Amino acid sequence: MRRAMQAFAFGASLTLGTAAVRAQAPVTSGNRPETSGVSRLDDSARIISSQLRCPVCQGESIQESPAELAKQMRSVVRDQLAAGRSGEEVKAYFVSKYGEWILLEPKPRGMNLMVYLAPFLLLLGGAWLIVRSARKWTKAGAGSVPDSPTPD
Amino acid sequence: MSWSRALWATVAAIPLLLLLWFGTQHDPKAIKSPLPGKAAPDFALAVFSYPTDQPNMAAALAMKDTVRLDSLKGKVVVLNFWASWCLACRDEHAELSAAAMALRGEDVRFYGVLYQDVPQNGRDWIAAMGGQSYQGLYDPQTRTAIDYGLYGVPETFFIGRDGKVRFKFVGPVTTSLVMDTVRAMLAEKGK
Repeated sequence: MRRAMQAFAFGASLTLGTAAVRAQAPVTSGNRPETSGVSRLDDSARIISSQLRCPVCQGESIQESPAELAKQMRSVVRDQLAAGRSGEEVKAYFVSKYGEWILLEPKPRGMNLMVYLAPFLLLLGGAWLIVRSARKWTKAGAGSVPDSPTPD
Repeated sequence: MSWSRALWATVAAIPLLLLLWFGTQHDPKAIKSPLPGKAAPDFALAVFSYPTDQPNMAAALAMKDTVRLDSLKGKVVVLNFWASWCLACRDEHAELSAAAMALRGEDVRFYGVLYQDVPQNGRDWIAAMGGQSYQGLYDPQTRTAIDYGLYGVPETFFIGRDGKVRFKFVGPVTTSLVMDTVRAMLAEKGK
């Protein structure tokens, strides 16, 4: 039981950690000062490409994938941005062709909400289990807890 | 006390089991296409191979060797994406070619769009497979394939007379499937 709780807590903190890193990523690689038009286009193409799922890979973005289709999709992203389309418009283009599946980060609605809420629910559940077990152990009396960890 | 605990464990397990069951109902590699019901993405693609029995096809020359979807309004179009490196395409090729042959003279056009391949390989493959009854089109930068949301070959799109995608089939098609689908689409009024 304790091991399961640890695993829960570990999993939840991992999820939260990656979510935080992901949320930061576009900001830090966004508008760097003194960049030329071309490298700014490269930057935004890279940001959009890393948000699109590669159709022929397993859980990879088209930015990361060496697959031929991913390469061609990156060039579509770049061409559309160069033609003046916004990042959202480019993503909408791919969604209209491949469905919402193409977005690596699912939109928070419907069943997708599970992905966003599950870590917090698991955390709350874990906390509740800890509190409950701790109460039970302390009620049983100090010193007579057989399965409590011994400091080493 | 142990009974209530068993009850709680069961209640807690139900959503998990449901979630697992839900997971087994979906093939993560199958991407549901949003295209059926929408206007078929336009294309203008060069012809790289002509029907084997009509090497100097007059109709193809009249189109200046480029096929445009917008010039096919009012016809049913069967668009098959394939490649010479694709094994499943070997299974369907004779079937598709037979269907296209049987439907010649009807208001339907068949095209085989080469996917991530070079025309010479495509032509060699067609010859090795014993010919093809419809034209082969070349999509050099995969733009048309991406426009159709392609994620593998073979994939076959059926486009109605109104220029809208009606069906998409992933994987090899059969003669009867293609003929039944096209006949049903031809029989519809105005679509």
